[in-house]
Amino acid sequence: MRVLLDNFSKSFGTIKVIENMTLEVGDGEMLALLGPSGCGKSTTLFAICGIHRPTGGRILFGDRDVTDLPSQARNIGVVFQSYALYPHMTVAENIGFPLKVKGMPGEDIRKEVDRISGLVHIGNLLGRRPAELSGGQQQRVALARALVRKPDVLLLDEPLANLDAKLRLEMRSEIRRIQRETGITAILVTHDQVEAMSMCDRIAIMKEGEIVQIATPAEMYNDPRTAFVAGFLGNPPITFLKGVMANGAFAIPDSEIRVPLPASIAASEGAKLMLGVRPEHFTPAGDIAVSGKVTFAETQGRENLYDVSLDGGPLLRSIQPVRHDINIGDAVTWAIDSKGVLVFADDGRRL
Amino acid sequence: MAEKSQPSANYSTWPVILALSIVSAPLVLMYAYLFLDTITDTAVGSLIPDSFTLRHWRFLWETLPGKPNIWLVTLNTLIFTTSVTAVIVLVSSMAGYVLSRLNVPARGFFLAGVMVLHAFPSVTLIIAIFIVLQMIGLYNSLIGVILVKAAIDLPLGIWLMKGFYDTVPWEIEMAGVVDGASRFRVWRSLVLPQVRPGIMALGLFSFLSGWSEFILPQVLAPGGKVQVLSVYLSALIADDNNFDFGTFKAVGVFYIIPVLIVYALFHKYLMNIYGGGSKG
Repeated sequence: MRVLLDNFSKSFGTIKVIENMTLEVGDGEMLALLGPSGCGKSTTLFAICGIHRPTGGRILFGDRDVTDLPSQARNIGVVFQSYALYPHMTVAENIGFPLKVKGMPGEDIRKEVDRISGLVHIGNLLGRRPAELSGGQQQRVALARALVRKPDVLLLDEPLANLDAKLRLEMRSEIRRIQRETGITAILVTHDQVEAMSMCDRIAIMKEGEIVQIATPAEMYNDPRTAFVAGFLGNPPITFLKGVMANGAFAIPDSEIRVPLPASIAASEGAKLMLGVRPEHFTPAGDIAVSGKVTFAETQGRENLYDVSLDGGPLLRSIQPVRHDINIGDAVTWAIDSKGVLVFADDGRRL
Repeated sequence: MAEKSQPSANYSTWPVILALSIVSAPLVLMYAYLFLDTITDTAVGSLIPDSFTLRHWRFLWETLPGKPNIWLVTLNTLIFTTSVTAVIVLVSSMAGYVLSRLNVPARGFFLAGVMVLHAFPSVTLIIAIFIVLQMIGLYNSLIGVILVKAAIDLPLGIWLMKGFYDTVPWEIEMAGVVDGASRFRVWRSLVLPQVRPGIMALGLFSFLSGWSEFILPQVLAPGGKVQVLSVYLSALIADDNNFDFGTFKAVGVFYIIPVLIVYALFHKYLMNIYGGGSKG
């Protein structure tokens, strides 16, 4: 089911968290709300599930206006960060609770619980209590409980934050598989860009209560609208060089480094610029040679990550296939790939 | 009951046991004599009992002159105690939730008020309460004294239950609401089970407190038909005409037996008063 936030605003007392936000999530789509802590992504989620009342605007599920409906009447499923399982009930009772509230007969509840627990692979745990489950199993139970009454929308509030790294990887693809199999519209709130990129059809990146950009993960990575978006996506993160426009090229004052810019970039002579260089675009293979000294090296198994301090101070990061000939303190001359760089105005706008 | 713990290897336990035995010996002796004196006669000035008798326990099968029937008094005590407990548990479990979770007007005022009332020496109110009960016709009735006792113990109960509710994670309630349950249903079937240790502890605490209450029934319900055991006991010792120390002790033993039984069965819940909350 399509979800539409129309001019949605929310404030707590005098603090305006979100102002006039408009967001549409298509039927069967999985969308990530991505942003740093305090950007209003959880507030948005809680408004969609009806726990917070919006102070302005409308919320629509399909064509149904749910703005003034209480949570109970919205038909949504929510997976909370802490899972919020009911500790005094067994797994089967936990999953069956939404149906029991509806007044469904016990026989039907059992059938539904069996069906959904098969989908999330917890059929053998139904008699246990939440305290007797591992984190990943609790997560699956929470997912089953959210899905059992066939909600119109599935909301996930940082569902992987409490899992260890290996389980997080596993549950990432599990949640995506279940979402695909059920064809449910889902909204994922997360501060982890890897999660957002790997699980979702589209990402809405938020900053200080506003959506900065909505795009597919690939679009957003290759074509960020602001320096904030470019800095948020990508691991290891992008590095920025500060410089000015000089004769159609990017130049760092008091340095030899000059990166020619395409004519389409509209910046007046002498304007302050930021040049974003992703680690994979600063390697021995680029076209604009830059010298510096390796200040930090980290091996990630398949690749090595180097921090290179350029003459004059600015820092670039480089990621390359593993090699053993470079140590901390070595002077290197690698090159920036001028086709891969991103140019931003001084205020963060992409040029 | 917990399993017997293994004695620790790095110190020997017998000096500890010995010291504790010496310190608690006077108490044990007093309780032993309390019981012994109810079934024996002892010559004046002697510590050794000389003959077995059930004379002191005759209050169980015959009504003592000028006193109400013991079984009526026991029934009164039971009604008084269970009613007080029921009122306190019921009201505290609801009021505690409201103060902990709901956005009621003047919530801060109520919280402060409950705290002040808890610290307030309620005995100073007794004359005013007496007059009020007299005016509304509840003087010398069980209902009147039940209401007063419950009201005086409520602040502690409410505060205690609020503390237990505070430890229940918000997410459980959010999940319940999202799952379609009404707010009352969420409280009844999701939140209340999480504070069960608190309810058990409060119930037990109220029961023991009600059972041993003396001053309120003595002042507000002294009549023979509504007397409770503590008042009956004090009337025994105050009666200079039929002074009988053996009977007084026998009634005393009779009075503490239910407390001992309740405590033996439920003491672990009293220890729970600082526990509560939920895992998961």
